[in-house]
Amino acid sequence: MITIKDLHASIEGKPILKGLNLTVKAGEIHAIMGPNGAGKSTLASVLAGREEYEITQGDVNFNGVDLLSLSVEERAREGLFLAFQYPVEIPGVSNINFLRTALNEIREHKGEKGISAKDFMSLVREKSALVELDSKLASRSVNEGFSGGEKKRNEIFQMAMLNPILSILDETDSGLDIDALRIVANGVNQLKTDQNATIIITHYQRLLDYIIPDFVHVLYDGKIVKSGGKDLALELEEKGYDWIKNNTLN
Amino acid sequence: MANYTEDDLAKELKDQEYKFGFVSDIDTDTIPIGLNEDIVRLISSKKEEPQWMLDYRLNALAIWSTMNEPSWAHVKYKKPDFQSIAYYSAPKQTKKYESWDDVDPEMKATMTKLGISMEEQQRLTGVAVDFVMDSVSVATSFKEKLGELGIIFCSFSDAVQNHPELVKKYMGSVVPTQDNYYATLNAAVFTDGSFCYIPKGVRCPMELSTYFRINAGGTGQFERTLVIADEGSYVSYLEGCTAPQRDENQLHAAVVELIALENAEIKYSTVQNWYPGDKNGLGGIFNFVTKRGVCEKNAKISWTQVETGSAVTWKYPSCILKGDNSVGEFYSVAVTNNYQQADTGTKMIHLGKNTKSTIISKGISAGKSQNSYRGLVQIHKNAHNARNFSQCDSLLMSSECGAHTFPYIECKNNSAKIEHEATTSKIGEDQLFYCKQRGISEEKAIGLIVNGYCKEVLNQLPMEFAVEAQKLLTISLEGSVG
Ligand SMILES: Nc1ncnc2c1ncn2[C@@H]1O[C@H](COP(=O)(O)OP(=O)(O)OP(=O)(O)O)[C@@H](O)[C@H]1O
Ligand SMILES: [Mg+2]
Repeated sequence: MITIKDLHASIEGKPILKGLNLTVKAGEIHAIMGPNGAGKSTLASVLAGREEYEITQGDVNFNGVDLLSLSVEERAREGLFLAFQYPVEIPGVSNINFLRTALNEIREHKGEKGISAKDFMSLVREKSALVELDSKLASRSVNEGFSGGEKKRNEIFQMAMLNPILSILDETDSGLDIDALRIVANGVNQLKTDQNATIIITHYQRLLDYIIPDFVHVLYDGKIVKSGGKDLALELEEKGYDWIKNNTLN
Repeated sequence: MANYTEDDLAKELKDQEYKFGFVSDIDTDTIPIGLNEDIVRLISSKKEEPQWMLDYRLNALAIWSTMNEPSWAHVKYKKPDFQSIAYYSAPKQTKKYESWDDVDPEMKATMTKLGISMEEQQRLTGVAVDFVMDSVSVATSFKEKLGELGIIFCSFSDAVQNHPELVKKYMGSVVPTQDNYYATLNAAVFTDGSFCYIPKGVRCPMELSTYFRINAGGTGQFERTLVIADEGSYVSYLEGCTAPQRDENQLHAAVVELIALENAEIKYSTVQNWYPGDKNGLGGIFNFVTKRGVCEKNAKISWTQVETGSAVTWKYPSCILKGDNSVGEFYSVAVTNNYQQADTGTKMIHLGKNTKSTIISKGISAGKSQNSYRGLVQIHKNAHNARNFSQCDSLLMSSECGAHTFPYIECKNNSAKIEHEATTSKIGEDQLFYCKQRGISEEKAIGLIVNGYCKEVLNQLPMEFAVEAQKLLTISLEGSVG
């Protein structure tokens, strides 16, 4: 589904990603862990197409297309979704209107007709139930005045609505209480099919109790330095990142 | 990779040309250029006005010739040469139209271009349209239905002929002849406009709408509007404009007077889209407008405006809250782009007890434009328990544009409560990225964000008008991305 080869990216002349390789296949869930400042959010932003980053080397193949040649919105319409670490507030724009605009852009891209108001509303009901999002939140302005946890839940609601092929969840678990964590994880699990894939960026092995990853990778200093199964997360939790640092030094 | 940055956005906005610019070929009847007593007499006689109306004009001209053009607004422009303007221009017609079928096909085509086909308007919205083209009303609809309720909705000229007692009583009662330079000029040379009277206790069942359009080259347009809501009545009045693209500056100096008698309510909405000039700032409309309303006891006047046009706009719709418990509201979105300059705002004059005013102003500046809000809240000595809430927000779309806020407060009564909030923000790259990450094009994203930002104001507009206003915002801020 996505193959990242030798990816180098920098911001303001400062290299952040330094030769990153990663392959994710359809039906898989990958977890990426790593210390603060390692470049996890940078990877997510670069894949989503954030303009500030300069790609200095490498390429990314997404379902047969050269991802890096696409604009931000084209990537999204091709099925790439980023659940933001810090979701943005858009005052005065209702969640519903925002999502309907987005959904119709994606449908148009696929050559489909715009969704009718009726079908859209029933989709909203179905998907908001999935993440147990209060229906009031669905009609409020995008993220405006949402609590931290509500914002994260709203990201997963949007993901459910837009039905992407590849979802990148950037620390969606941080700021969630225990119940919300279970609900969000449950949502992600239900949305999983053998046609789509998920990359979960997290600091806590806790989330991985609910969403069982097929692979766990450690991102350190702009590279994937270690990969393994879900046990790697447990090992990390136990030994801390010093273990990785010492490992990579020798 | 398509790196769409704010600089690109700024560039795009710069290149965006006025989309409704065109001139239609309709024979017009224009009088010689210049301004003097003979011209005023000529205008008056062409309109077959009674003596009192001519006297009113001549008095105004005499006052005007002693006045100086004001220069305090935060705008810079080449002053119009008042002697090189033709003060009257009427589409040439042998007779007024009896029915819609009689309307000049060319004119119908113009309206279609404007997207305001009258049949559509009539059929879909039940809006009565008094279409003003080059100063003379050429089509009025729904007159009969309104007539049954005793509502008068006609051109100003017709009102002078048919309802002289109302015109004499109220014209100049809110905006006196000597009020200001442009208002005085208007009083001398106004050519036409709209008149509306709602009788006691009547709730006008439909939105009354006038579409203004300046058409003949080099013709200044001087509209005069008078809306009188008698005791306990209600009316919602819509005013909208687009104008053809031109090379020379066109002066527009309108006067709008609203009178809300006891327990009456007037909602006056404007969507203004005059030609702003090309990207170098040439050829736009100069818009100097005096709009004011007076509220008697328990009355309410609410001004809502969405401004996207004009090279220079100078406009302060105001409320005189004369009666106790009266309410004044001002909701405004002003968009400036390229070299446009807008100096707009409102005045809320609290005279009566328990009077209340609300001001919501949203400025959006792009390109090299300058957008100023100037508001005055005045609480007089006897205005016990007066309340005002003002909120002035500015949204900047480029780093070359400017937003300025000048709130003036004069308070002579200690029981008054006055609140003022102001914010300035730049359109967020984070917001744009967020929208685009969900698959939304930058054009639509800007539309969403800007319309969201203006929501409180757009919500005040009648449905159909709000849709039109959203389109205008989109047109004035988004280039043809592609
Ligand atoms: N705009 C920027 N200018 C300069 N440096 C930046 C910028 N954005 C990110 N960085 C730097 O890039 C590095 C990687 O940041 P990134 O946000 O990708 O880390 P992360 O792995 O997501 O960390 P965390 O676990 O704290 O979320 C950091 O050192 C950060 O300071
Ligand atoms: Mg991060």
